[in-house]
Amino acid sequence: MTNLIESLEYPFVRYALIVGVLIALCSSLLGVTLVLKRFSFIGDGLSHVAFGAMAVAAVIGLSNNMLLILPVTVISAILLLRTGQNTKIKGDAAVAMISVGALAFGYLIMNIFSSSSNLSGDVCSTLFGSTSILTLSISEVWLCLILSVTVLIIFILFYNKIFAVTFDENFSKATGVNANAYNLLIAIIIAVIIVLAMNLVGSLLISALLIFPALSAMRIFRSFKSVTIFSAVLSVLTAFSGIIISILAGTPVGSTIVAVEVIAFFLCYLIGYIKGGQKA
Amino acid sequence: MALIKVEDLTLGYDSHPIVEGLNFSVNSGDYLCIVGENGSGKTTLMKTLLGLQSPLSGEIQFDSSLKKNAIGYLPQQTLVQRDFPASVAEIVLSGCQGKCKMRPFYSKEEKELAEANMKKMSVYELKNRCYRELSGGQQQRVLLARALCATGDILLLDEPVAGLDPKVTSEMYKLIEDLNEEGITIIMISHDLSAATKYASHILHISRGIYFGTKEEYLQSELGSLFLKELKGGEEQI
Repeated sequence: MTNLIESLEYPFVRYALIVGVLIALCSSLLGVTLVLKRFSFIGDGLSHVAFGAMAVAAVIGLSNNMLLILPVTVISAILLLRTGQNTKIKGDAAVAMISVGALAFGYLIMNIFSSSSNLSGDVCSTLFGSTSILTLSISEVWLCLILSVTVLIIFILFYNKIFAVTFDENFSKATGVNANAYNLLIAIIIAVIIVLAMNLVGSLLISALLIFPALSAMRIFRSFKSVTIFSAVLSVLTAFSGIIISILAGTPVGSTIVAVEVIAFFLCYLIGYIKGGQKA
Repeated sequence: MALIKVEDLTLGYDSHPIVEGLNFSVNSGDYLCIVGENGSGKTTLMKTLLGLQSPLSGEIQFDSSLKKNAIGYLPQQTLVQRDFPASVAEIVLSGCQGKCKMRPFYSKEEKELAEANMKKMSVYELKNRCYRELSGGQQQRVLLARALCATGDILLLDEPVAGLDPKVTSEMYKLIEDLNEEGITIIMISHDLSAATKYASHILHISRGIYFGTKEEYLQSELGSLFLKELKGGEEQI
């Protein structure tokens, strides 16, 4: 316990907690929509795209690689989600295509042009999340804070529209809701969240942050509002405790958070099972 | 006064026509049944009427009294909806979304409208229940309540009784008939020709030939009598 209080005195620990909790909150909000739209793997796919863009940025020597990663990821997200339920290549296939393609190109480019001697180390830390969340600067914390608050406000303002469009795109269109515009909005927000989350858990583990809270909440709750609220709460709690545990136990941040999420999922599954059993 | 007038419409996908030379009109208070075999283009026609898809050629004119997008739609269930965690109240309320435009939240009137429609479709007691746990008939009534939130004028129903048992089916037909008697125009896609000839005022038959007319005319017509004879023959064999 004293160990924990001691470590909280360091600013980098506080930064990590703030950023981690914010990212967990944002990603869980949209996770519900993604799971329902059969886009569970989009986090994984887009994070590979971001990885590819990061490789390109490193090779051409961009000092601020966000300038390349963010637009590329946003465009990919739009391409994947834009046409919603009426696409010709269905969600899972399109995600798989983009994901594998970008990963291959990213690694290829890194391999050919990289000047670093520790290539596999670089790749590993990009994919699995390094300790970069523990090396955040104050400006990065502010950037994350502003983006998260923006995402949160947009989500609350468009909550009813996101629900209508996710539940029944055709009905929404027929009654005059501009479903394409909202699909686009959802795509952009997701892309921004994924780029943000790469800092926290690395490319490969982003999917976990997006879908685990949503899936856990869906075991227990039965309405869209309660699922959304519970998944946000759960996500914040798991991210917070994951970071604390990783600091105390000296484990990697990303995989610790995901491990906590998996445990939380099984607890929720059990609760849902018991609740369902009583009803029947 | 024609609410919807369709002139020389050609429907299809990717410039491959499915139905050609479609002409019909729907008047206020009509009960139009669209019948025909699978793949004859019934659902495509409905999607075109809703503006989800553009026709290959021809024209659909809407009467100016019919506000744009004031069409209620009862779609066939999608895969996504089968495990969607949503309460009945949330779904019915989402029918008001078209009226919201850019306003982020529902107004009090819209909430009252949703409540009134839930009571009308007798799903008000289920309002906090999860949609996916309801029976097929209950789910259809929830979606009907949602459609009523979007409109008071015209309802488009895409096979509203698909997958329902006979008792619930006849309840559903009764419900639709009541709505029609209240003055709501009904356009319904159906496989069920005997129900169509029982309840509808007009019939649009899309098949090898296209027939449009009132039910009485249809029963007299060559296509109609031929089709009904086949149907009767089928029933007698059973």
